[in-house]
Amino acid sequence: MGCSIAGIIDEKGNRFSGEEIIHAISKMYLRANGLGGGFAGYGIYPAHKDEFCFHIIYNDEKARENTESYLKHDFEIVKEEPIPTRTVKSIVNRPLLFRYFLRVKDEIKKQFYEMTQEDIVMRSVMKINAAQSGAFVISSGKNMGIFKGVGFASDIGKFYKLEEYSGYCWLAHDRFPTNTPGWWGGAHPFGLLNFSIVHNGEISSYGINKRYLEEFGYQLTLHTDSEVILYLFDLLLRKHKLPMAVAHKILCPPLWSEIERMPDVSKNFFETLRIIYGSALINGPSAIIVSDGKMMFGFTDRLKLRPLVAARNGSKFYLASEECAIQEVCPLKKGDVFFPKVGEPAIGKLRSQMTADKKQRR
Amino acid sequence: MTADLSAAIVVVIGGNQRMYMKKSLLFPDFTVTRDPDKCIQCEVCVRQCAFEAHSFDKAANKIETDNSKCVGCLRCATMCPTGALTVSEYQQNIKKNKNWTEKQLKELYKQAETGGILLTGMGTDKDYKIIWDHILLDAAQVTNPSIDPLREPMELRTYLGSKPDRIKLQITNYKLQTKLPPQLKLETPILFSAMSYGAISLNTMRALARAADECGIFYNTGEGGLPKELYKYGKNTIVQVASGRFGVDSDYLDVASAVEIKVGQGAKPGIGGHLPGEKVTEEISRIRMIPTGTDALSPAPHHDIYSIEDLSQLIYSLKEATCYKKPISVKVAAVHNIAAIASGIVRAGADIVAIDGLRGGTGAAPTRIRDNVGIPIELAISAVDSRLREEGIRNRASIIAAGGFRNSADVVKAIALGADAVYIGTAALVAMGCHLCQKCYTGKCNWGIATQDPYLVKRLNPEIAARRLVNLIKAWSHEIKEMMGGMGINAVESLRGNRLRLRGFDLHENELKILDIKPAGESL
Repeated sequence: MGCSIAGIIDEKGNRFSGEEIIHAISKMYLRANGLGGGFAGYGIYPAHKDEFCFHIIYNDEKARENTESYLKHDFEIVKEEPIPTRTVKSIVNRPLLFRYFLRVKDEIKKQFYEMTQEDIVMRSVMKINAAQSGAFVISSGKNMGIFKGVGFASDIGKFYKLEEYSGYCWLAHDRFPTNTPGWWGGAHPFGLLNFSIVHNGEISSYGINKRYLEEFGYQLTLHTDSEVILYLFDLLLRKHKLPMAVAHKILCPPLWSEIERMPDVSKNFFETLRIIYGSALINGPSAIIVSDGKMMFGFTDRLKLRPLVAARNGSKFYLASEECAIQEVCPLKKGDVFFPKVGEPAIGKLRSQMTADKKQRR
Repeated sequence: MTADLSAAIVVVIGGNQRMYMKKSLLFPDFTVTRDPDKCIQCEVCVRQCAFEAHSFDKAANKIETDNSKCVGCLRCATMCPTGALTVSEYQQNIKKNKNWTEKQLKELYKQAETGGILLTGMGTDKDYKIIWDHILLDAAQVTNPSIDPLREPMELRTYLGSKPDRIKLQITNYKLQTKLPPQLKLETPILFSAMSYGAISLNTMRALARAADECGIFYNTGEGGLPKELYKYGKNTIVQVASGRFGVDSDYLDVASAVEIKVGQGAKPGIGGHLPGEKVTEEISRIRMIPTGTDALSPAPHHDIYSIEDLSQLIYSLKEATCYKKPISVKVAAVHNIAAIASGIVRAGADIVAIDGLRGGTGAAPTRIRDNVGIPIELAISAVDSRLREEGIRNRASIIAAGGFRNSADVVKAIALGADAVYIGTAALVAMGCHLCQKCYTGKCNWGIATQDPYLVKRLNPEIAARRLVNLIKAWSHEIKEMMGGMGINAVESLRGNRLRLRGFDLHENELKILDIKPAGESL
């Protein structure tokens, strides 16, 4: 795929309007073809920050009824509402768009005592998305949400009135799909729990990544290769409890020839990593930005076959496919922009989660 | 059974015993034509043919050829200094019949004359559909750049053995807590299949061992024990423990890198091994620990394995004996219920499951068994890999596929279906000079490969044979890299089990379903 990606995080946790990320991604419209655009915002629902927020797209009312009765079974619905939108001429054939703030019911927690709340949420998301009932959960994290659809990202941003939201971290994607159809659920970002990703590339290892994830109970339903990246992060970070840096080295491991040259301890570490997690290697050209709400993590494939630039300005950290996107929203000085090397991630991190929480309470 | 088998051998060897019958109704398989203008009567052909198809008639001062003795190994034609010999199909016009073919008739005549079961060598030559030839590979175009293996790194390194499901790190300092079970490290996902000392010559074994060493891969001793002089290749050796337990002692287990329990073989599922007494020389007798000249018969089952829990005991006995430092492999033939069998093997504790398909080779097998028992390896790989994944135990063992791998494309397809690596036997023998005459069981291999006759054994120079094997492995590895690069994949782990990069062409719906691949023309 062509595609452009962008991300902005305020490392101090200051929240800012979605307008900025819309401007950034719109600048790279030449990389997209209008078949998909979308955004993820973190810190946008401070009033409901302890509840899981589901953004769901429905094909029709019947799908909504069925899904809502299913949700009611497992969750206490604290609030439900249509996702606010405005009329944009170019956005057509819109599905029904709803959001729900949910708490896992106590009796469900008891019933699935071996599972964490996150596991229960993941199970529900997988169930709804795999049921082919015309409902797709497109985001399911806390204090975050994904807004996406078929259209150029600039129009999608307008459609969802993102300028009215403020968050401390934003990801964006403008799509040029080649292998898979352009449909509302297939636009980026992809999200599960607090994870969201945007991806520019094509995953030539998709077949095995998918089968590997299925062994761990993930159901891949979105007809797009990028989905595997999201679930791999969920598996490695949440279930296997590995730090982001290690997960990155699993998805994009060093070459065997590089491992051979390492000192013994690292050599053993990376050898073990590759031997155990070979099926999680992401092969093929990729530039990826992932966020878990605490950091924004950008990286490319092992050969760097897709572009990614980064810049820092004050407490803000930027990632984008092209420099122009960053320049559009931030006055850059010489040296502000840097190009992450092959195998090196570019990371913007909340200085402390506490700060972010504090800022939001204000 | 022994008597029957030797009777069958007698027929094929020919010789005096056929005098029992008044006149054999068998007619030859081949015609050897000698160009009198080119023949210089040097008698190379006479000396080269262990089947004595050529002889020098002193009285007539002329070289005679007995077509009925020719096995079609082409040794004489290859070695003839003037190129005077041509071996061709025997041109006797039996009335054409699609049902009662010439082959069927000949086999009937043979059995009528001997009363024996038919013996043969190598993998089946029956005209079964070759599924590999109905599977097509993908390549990257436009949206995903293909990778040029001459310019970019391309990784084939493969580790065989049990892997934990996840890694564990110390929370404080991220230090590695996981200790990997023993692994075999392969520089390319190919191993030399089990061929026993006895079935093949010492020189052949030397060549395999040297080539494995040079290529960073493994060869497999088969069930015939391991000559001491090859102990130095231990780090590239997989030793076999079969139902006959030939040559198994503590040194044998100690020196190897992995131990393979041989339960079955693709060429003869359900029956044991049979090394004819003709091949049991003094050296073989010493290594196998059996008397010289006796048939070495390994029982059909392991008599200490009558069910899965017994297999588990043997696996763990071998793990104990090797201090849990070596992966234990279990080799089985691909039979109808292979997926469940493989799952049982993994749960019994095996680190590697080796599966040998319908086309697996052999030094000696009853023809009917070889040609009719088992299932194609393509289907077996897919069924096993799918089953192990469904059960969430795929990480616990590696899969080696075996049985008729002809070229590097077969290897790529096998890996994409889900194998970790493949065993090659026949392809390796051909690289060393085998011409697939299928007469390994006679002990008269004119190419010096499947023989113990000292006069024949020295025909195979282990240095040259090793070089040819290394060339083969290198060539295939280059080709595998080219195909992977074409798909935009630069590490073999991204090919393994990646069935989306395969398409079936001219396959039945059921075959596609079992292979779990889409038909050609269908996209992602």
